[in-house]
Amino acid sequence: MIGTKILGFGGYQPDKVVTNDDLAKIVDTNDEWIRSRVGIQSRRVARDDETVADMAEAAGAKALAATGLEPSEVDLVIVATCSPESPLPNVAATVAHRLGIPAPGAYDLNAACAGFCYAVGAASDAVKVGSARNVLVIGAEKMTSWIDWNDRSTCIIFADGAGAAVVGPSGTDEPAGIGPVVWGSAGDQAQKITIEGRNGTLKQDGQAVFRWATTAMAPVALEACRRAGVTPADITAFVPHQANLRIVEAIAKKLGIPRERVADDIIHAGNTSSASIPLALSRMAEQGRLQPGTPALLIAFGAGLAYASQVITVP
Amino acid sequence: MTDQEILSGLAEIIEEIAGTPADEVTPEANFVDDLDIDSLSMVEIAVAAQDKFGVEIPDEQLKDLKTVQDVVNFVSKNS
Repeated sequence: MIGTKILGFGGYQPDKVVTNDDLAKIVDTNDEWIRSRVGIQSRRVARDDETVADMAEAAGAKALAATGLEPSEVDLVIVATCSPESPLPNVAATVAHRLGIPAPGAYDLNAACAGFCYAVGAASDAVKVGSARNVLVIGAEKMTSWIDWNDRSTCIIFADGAGAAVVGPSGTDEPAGIGPVVWGSAGDQAQKITIEGRNGTLKQDGQAVFRWATTAMAPVALEACRRAGVTPADITAFVPHQANLRIVEAIAKKLGIPRERVADDIIHAGNTSSASIPLALSRMAEQGRLQPGTPALLIAFGAGLAYASQVITVP
Repeated sequence: MTDQEILSGLAEIIEEIAGTPADEVTPEANFVDDLDIDSLSMVEIAVAAQDKFGVEIPDEQLKDLKTVQDVVNFVSKNS
């Protein structure tokens, strides 16, 4: 079987910046409290008329442009999202059409905040077995449309945005650039993060999720390293889902990965669910914090509870 | 394990997680008011305490543990 790699990625964030001080005007909170509890200083919020598909399209176009591929060379589009405006139609087919990708396989995938790593795993497998030459993977979320703006435990955390990556074959003379995905779920804790009913808003048992993420995720990341044949010391960029800066730091500490190698995009992006990892990768690339050809460790986790992790080679 | 051993083990954990000097971790110290430890740090302390003492402190119990002595008593009773 052929190997696979990430050929390129891109991100899109809405223009509107919402600061902690802005939130303090609508709920009982303050900048110091938010910074200390979740590490967020500001986040981006989509316009009312801006859809998940709009953001997915923008990120997908950037990722495609980064690879130099023609749209016709993409055979599958996977959009990881848990916050579309409606269940039908799916986002993926619309986005594929808008990007000029001719009649690809197109599906949405809901593994909530874990979605991007699930989608990269599925995309890599599709390329390996020959179901697709190249796959456009997008994580796109409008989390703020499912938030209760009076709930100060959630409205300070979640935000909007999209990130994308193109998965394709690695060269015959190079090692595989996407390691085996280590994924799983803990359905016994399904009620810890929910949106119930047609008019529901996101509810989260923050303390329970914090405990789970800070204890159960480091072993998953270690297993992803082991299966990719690397150790945490080899990892030049650790990009966990940007759930909460304290969760990010706690996992990094357990893995022994120094702070300068750890994504902290949540500070200005908020928690964008399935978009957070590709957005963070894009930001780190812009900042010159990624070293092409070296291993980066991804781990995503969230509602389900679902999680997935893999090591990729930085394109 | 004596209460004194639990206390000194707990002080090490709190210093590691919250940066509070171990000698400030007295039995009567209140986590929120005296040690400036928030609910998420309490979870981290509970997890570290489980690793160290082998006693699980579930979230439901955690919210009732207000002082250092409360945790010492809980660990002592359940170990």
